[in-house]
Order: sequence, then C-alpha cells, then structure tokens
Amino acid sequence: MVMKFRLSRDDLTARFVLLPTVLVSMVFVYAFILFTIYLSFTNSKILPVFDWVGIRNYVTLFHLDNWYIALTNMVIFFVLYIGISAVLGLFLAVLIDLNRFGERFFRPIFLYPMAISFIVTGTAWKWFLDPGIGLEHIMHLWGFANFQFTWIKSSEFAIYTVVIAAVWQVTGFVMVIFLAGLRGIDHGFIESAVVDGAGIFQLYTRVVIPQLAGSFLSVFVILGHMAIKSYDLVIALTGGGPGRATELPSTFMYSYTFTRNQMGVGAASAVFMLAAIAVIIVPYLRSQVKEG
Amino acid sequence: MTVGGTLRLKWVSKSVIIILMVFFAVYFLVPLYVMVVNSVKPLSEIRQGNMLSLPNVFSLDYWKKAWATAQIGVQATGLRPYFINSIKMVVPSVLISTALGALAGFVLAQWHFRHSRLIFGVILFGAFIPFQIVLIPMARVLGILGISGKVLGLILVHTVYGMAFTTLFFRNTYASMPNELVQSAQVDGAHFMKIFTHIILPNSAAVAMVTIIWQTTNIWNDFLFGASFGSATSQPMQVALNNLVSSSTGVKEYNVHFAGALMAAIPTLFIYIVSGRYFVRGLMSGSVKG
Repeated sequence: MVMKFRLSRDDLTARFVLLPTVLVSMVFVYAFILFTIYLSFTNSKILPVFDWVGIRNYVTLFHLDNWYIALTNMVIFFVLYIGISAVLGLFLAVLIDLNRFGERFFRPIFLYPMAISFIVTGTAWKWFLDPGIGLEHIMHLWGFANFQFTWIKSSEFAIYTVVIAAVWQVTGFVMVIFLAGLRGIDHGFIESAVVDGAGIFQLYTRVVIPQLAGSFLSVFVILGHMAIKSYDLVIALTGGGPGRATELPSTFMYSYTFTRNQMGVGAASAVFMLAAIAVIIVPYLRSQVKEG
Repeated sequence: MTVGGTLRLKWVSKSVIIILMVFFAVYFLVPLYVMVVNSVKPLSEIRQGNMLSLPNVFSLDYWKKAWATAQIGVQATGLRPYFINSIKMVVPSVLISTALGALAGFVLAQWHFRHSRLIFGVILFGAFIPFQIVLIPMARVLGILGISGKVLGLILVHTVYGMAFTTLFFRNTYASMPNELVQSAQVDGAHFMKIFTHIILPNSAAVAMVTIIWQTTNIWNDFLFGASFGSATSQPMQVALNNLVSSSTGVKEYNVHFAGALMAAIPTLFIYIVSGRYFVRGLMSGSVKG
C-alpha cells in the first residue's frame, strides 16, 4: 500500500529522527571504508599518509608468505567450521525435534556457549587441549599411555584446534536456525510420507531436509561472514601461533597495521576481508530486504 | 503434532535419542565444568591430577587473586577495575544504541517515503562489515576527538556499530504492526512524538528486551575494539582476561585463569539463564529476515 502523505510537520520530524542513524552510517561505515580503501593505495607506514602508490600494497600482500598462510588457514577454517557445525547443528535440531524434553531441557545446554565470549572459550579450550595438563594428560591418567593429542602445539595441526573450539561455540546457534526451519515445514508432508511407509531415515533425507534449503542458506551466510571475521578466538587460543601457523587475515591485518608499521599493506588486507564478506552478504541482504 | 508423535517411535529409538542428547550435553558442558572445578583447585592438583576430577583441596583464593591482585599487564590490580570499565562501557552504549534504533526502526517501518527499503539495506550492511576495515580511521577520529584510550571512546565505538543491529530489530518488529494504528492516530491529530511514545513504545517491551540483551552480550563480549581503542586505564574485561591468560612471564596459574574466565563469562551467562527466550529471539532476528 502506497500512501501519499503531504509533507507535513510529522514527515519532517520523521526525516529528522532518522537523520542521526543515516549520518552515523554514512560517516562511520561508508566514509571509513572509503578512507581505508584509499589508504590501501598509499605508502602509509606508522601513520596514514596520502602519497599514491597504486596497487603496490596489493602486490606486496600477495607475495607475502604470512598472507599466504593466513589465506590458507581462512579457507580451511571456513570450510570445516561451516561444514562440521552445519552437520552437527542439523543433527541436534532433529534430535530435539523428536523428543519432548529436547526443547526445554537440552536446547539451553546446547546453546549456552553462544552467550560467552570468544576469549573465554579460547581460554577454556587452550588449557583443555594443552598436552601437559589437558586431554592428553587425562587420557594418560586413565591408562591410555600412548594417547597423543598435541595439535595445539603443532604448526601443522593447530588451525584444527581453532576449528574444534569454534564449532563447539557455534553449533547450538546453527541448531536453533535449523530448529526454526523444521518447525516451519508443513506437517501434512510428514504425515503423508509416514502413511506411505517412510522410515525415520527416509523421512529426513527425502522429505524434511530438502525443505530446509532456506535454513542452509542462512547458516552458510551467517557462519561464512563470522568465519572471515574470526579474530578473538585465535588470539585467545593460539595467539596466531605456534610461530605464525594459525594467522588469519584478521590477525594479519592487525599485526601489519599496528605492530609492524605497514599500514598500507594492513589496509589492503582489510579491503580483501571486506570484499570477501561483501560477496557473501550483499546478495543475501538484497533478497532479505526486498522480501521483507 | 510433533514428528516424533507422527512416527510413533519405539522405546528403543526414544532411548537412543535420549542417550545421544545426554552425550552431547556432556560435550557442551565439559569446558564449563573444567573451568569451574579447576578454578577452586591448587595448582599442584591441576598439574599432577586430572583436570576432570573434583578438587581435593577446595579454595576460593584463586577467585580472590583473579579479582583483586593478579598481574594484568604491568599492574597487579586483578580484574576488578576492568570489570568496572566494562560496565561503564556497556550500559551507556546499550541504552543509546537501543534508543536510536527504536526511533530509526519506527521511521523506517511505519513512515513511508521513497527508498526507505534501500536506506534500511544501506544501514543494515554496517552490521556485517569486518571491523578491521574501520579500525584505522576510527583510531584517527578518536584521537582528533580527544577520547582515544578512554571509556568514552569505547562507548562511541560500540554505539555507532551497534546501531545497525538495533535498527534491524526494531524496524522488523514495527513492520509487523498494522499501519492503521499510526494512521488512525494521525487522523485523530496525534503528532510524531506522541504516536511514538503513546502507541509504539507501549508495544515495544519484548523487542526492547531482545535488543538490550543482544547489545549487552555483544558489547560485553567484544575484544577487537577494546584491544584497539582501550588503554591501561580503560580496557574492558575481555582484553584484561586475555592479558592475564596470555602473559608469558612467571608461572602459569591455570586456576586463576579459569576463575578470571568465569568472571568474564558470568554476566552474559546470567542474562542467558534468566532470559534465554529473548536471547534466542535476538539470535534469530539477527540472522534471518531483513
């Protein structure tokens, strides 16, 4: 319904009330983004300077081993984080949906990690996965003398410990998204499938899961953008180490900008992160806002 | 009617489901359990004993130490001052961003003008940007304003980057209210502010709860802004906790670390336990449906 208000005093008030939010967004989001993009084309070191060097920072960036490590880690983390928590989250949502204690008793337990910070999560897992006092030590005390779990100290496997902690934290959230999807399915489909003799496995693989496409998309978009932004958890869990083994683009940006005094390169890496997120989030926002 | 009911599951299947859920409950609770039991154990027991066993010698000394005397950065102040910094930072930024979000959401949902959807989309994008893209200019602006390294600076940062989410929550809630409410009030001669305070606000308790809980949790748990723009005197809790845990000097006092981690977690866990329903609604409206 389109209404033609005359431009009354109220319409002016409405525009005036919206103005601060629009201005904040224009300055602190869009102008800031433009500023950082501009810096990525300058020779800024410790402080922003404005002498144009073209794409030199981007060339430097993509020749740096550290950036290569960060990108590789981001891809590993992105795929495993989304993949594992989607499978686990869907599985838990199905379990909860099938049991009448699920919603009230188990859902809060599965979801509470979302309420605590990445730093707390990182601290808990850092010591729990520490070979000297954590899981490995526990298994030895239980008599498994040859049990080894030293991933967090290994430059090859440390990134997988970040996945372990991140999946632990986010799975409950994924479960809630799928649970909402499951509740949205027309129960008639389920009844007729059961009448037709579908077992529980067929019911889910043939009838239920195909109808969860929307939930899968939400999970992909939300977790995808969280994966690219991930920062705190790595800092708390491994500090980017051992060595530089668990650097991500976010930690790379921070260290190049603020501790290595290569602000131009840092800005370029931030622009890369923004672009990666925009690819995922902009089409999604467009579709959501249009529908809404 | 539930899927379980329609399937008429046998007791074997029902038991398997319960066993699986208990297994996963244990998996999710283990890290919390580890933090709790090891925060009240002496260090020798953690090193030699089993992290999963209950303490032989129970002591709250490590909580006291984490709170009041532990070394954070260069000072032995414990986490207390940083806990207070976090409160000083969270309360104003939550209130301001929520209030502005309510007003903006009302205008965007109920006041029809050209491109209101586009404007909403443009504002909403700000909720998803990687904050690395704004760190450098933000540092400069805070410096120019003279609030760099102060709690006030962190309040500004959290307010402006929280507004996209608060606007989203209110806008979507108000968009589902019938437009006739506002129209008939206008016919009756009520003006903008009166419509907002008399018609809209009284119907906003639930969405305000959702927004406040979402913002409090996010801002309390933030690390990146605190680490970038905080100073020794204004750092929030998460940054101080990270300093405590990752400090490389001296003996690693795991029990003090766990006690500190629990202190950093308690406020948001408390909110989650008393109002989990609103927390879940925030998660859902923060992720789906624009």
